[in-house]
Amino acid sequence: MTAAPSWQPSALEVERRRYRRSRAVRSAAVSGASTVLVVGVVLTLLVTSPGWPRVRETFLSWDKAVAAFPAVVEGLWLNIRVMLVCGVLIALLGLTLAVMRTVRGPVAFPLRLFATVYVDLFRGLPLLLVIFVLGFGAPALRLSGLPSSALFWGACALVLSYSAYVAEVFRAGIESVHPSQRAAARSLGLSYGQTMRHVVLPQAVRRVVPPLMNDLVSLQKDSGLIAVLGVIDAIRAAQIETATDFNFTPYVVAGALFVCLTIPMARLTDHVARKQGFHGAGGVL
Amino acid sequence: MSGAGDPVLVLEEVRKSFGATEVLRGVDLTVHEGQVVVLIGASGSGKSTLLRCVDLLEVVDDGRIRLDGEDVTDPRVDADAVRARMGVVFQAYNLFPHLSVLDNVTLAPVRVHGVAAGDAKERAMAMLERVGLPEKASARPDDLSGGQQQRVAIARALVNQPRLMLLDEVTSALDPELVGEVLDLLRELKDEGMTMVLNTHEMGFARQVADTVCFLHGGVVHEQGPPGQVLGDPRQERTRQFLSRVHA
Ligand SMILES: Nc1ncnc2c1ncn2[C@@H]1O[C@H](COP(=O)(O)OP(=O)(O)OP(=O)(O)O)[C@@H](O)[C@H]1O
Ligand SMILES: [Mg+2]
Repeated sequence: MTAAPSWQPSALEVERRRYRRSRAVRSAAVSGASTVLVVGVVLTLLVTSPGWPRVRETFLSWDKAVAAFPAVVEGLWLNIRVMLVCGVLIALLGLTLAVMRTVRGPVAFPLRLFATVYVDLFRGLPLLLVIFVLGFGAPALRLSGLPSSALFWGACALVLSYSAYVAEVFRAGIESVHPSQRAAARSLGLSYGQTMRHVVLPQAVRRVVPPLMNDLVSLQKDSGLIAVLGVIDAIRAAQIETATDFNFTPYVVAGALFVCLTIPMARLTDHVARKQGFHGAGGVL
Repeated sequence: MSGAGDPVLVLEEVRKSFGATEVLRGVDLTVHEGQVVVLIGASGSGKSTLLRCVDLLEVVDDGRIRLDGEDVTDPRVDADAVRARMGVVFQAYNLFPHLSVLDNVTLAPVRVHGVAAGDAKERAMAMLERVGLPEKASARPDDLSGGQQQRVAIARALVNQPRLMLLDEVTSALDPELVGEVLDLLRELKDEGMTMVLNTHEMGFARQVADTVCFLHGGVVHEQGPPGQVLGDPRQERTRQFLSRVHA
């Protein structure tokens, strides 16, 4: 807030501002001091513990970290690509399923039934199981025209599983749009499809962006699960590095890199949610 | 009675229930070209339901609705095309919050009536000018006052050059000064020959714009006639009771 130039703040307001400023300085000092204290205590406990030298050697070896870094980063690049491609496919499939579930009328019954069964099935199945079944089963079918690579089928499993969750998020968004919005659109002569496309979906999607971002962060980590099929992602790369000398530092490197990827996405989610707050929930979230 | 024109809208024995609640029990109503019909009646008497049935937002349980002679309650009729011929202004405005004021107004011309984007924009701006809000074209509906939203909703309905306007309590959320503004707008529309059906709780408003006032009670049109007669000297006892409570 900037003071408008048209008036001089009164003595009362000047005093209030001085008080607020002094409070701000004080709380910053308190939070700084307490953070330093807590971190200091934790570090001291850690470093003085009897097993510390060994742990430091096997988990936090600088030389090992430097050596493993290129391989882990290369694996991580695969995770990122899988996340991006799957993310787009999941959004499309999830939205399609959600729309199928909300179509009314008897003609659309098969669509509703299919979408409902699909969501029930894939939300119930553990992701790891889907990855195993598709990753080892599907290539064995030797379907012509489809690749038999573990990466392809692992990514398929991610898309199939995640779409079920994302479909439910989209459906919640669609149902949160008030029926009067549909009535207004229909009263203007818009068809069911036009109403969905121009009035309901734009509002629904905006509302569910924050929970969807959450699913994206989760997908980024679960993309590592396809390592069970032998695909060399960041975790598998770390594992390979580890196998040579039983030094676990590469796992720490992989973990740190995953966190570094997640943090910007989390901040972006917060930012989107806050921006929405003004129009959706009304106020800062 | 200024019922000189052809009938635009005819309701014959229209019935509508929600579960066990019989809201409309055989409504007969005729609206002629250029006529303004005002529906009055207690809260819950079915005024909004009647308008929603006419706009085919509700399916009638029995009876018939004719628009320019065509039976629009026939299930073989293209309901979207019928709705496109009517303009509705809802009690709660129902503007689209994700679209700017201008886009709210141009949505139907572009998507339903196949007007080119440039022409639609021009027509929409002219319409916003008309309701006194050209400077709000790029604003979001949520950033407007209630009266401004109401006028955008009227512009959105008018821009499609409807055959018939249906207005549900357009003044209920407005302060007296804004009621005057909306009233002036409706009177202008009436002078241009627009056919309108509207419902209201404000008898003064009804008196000023109506050609015919219909008192809805017990699911039927209990009494109808020119405003002077229905509001000033009602023939039916129930109408008298209703008016005395409203005026009290
Ligand atoms: N979708 C619905 N489902 C169930 N009941 C409904 C529905 N819509 C309306 N009703 C009922 O129908 C009756 C008439 O409602 P309606 O909205 O038409 O009244 P109204 O005359 O417009 O009242 P008001 O002056 O308060 O706006 C009420 O009893 C209401 O509860
Ligand atoms: Mg009503």
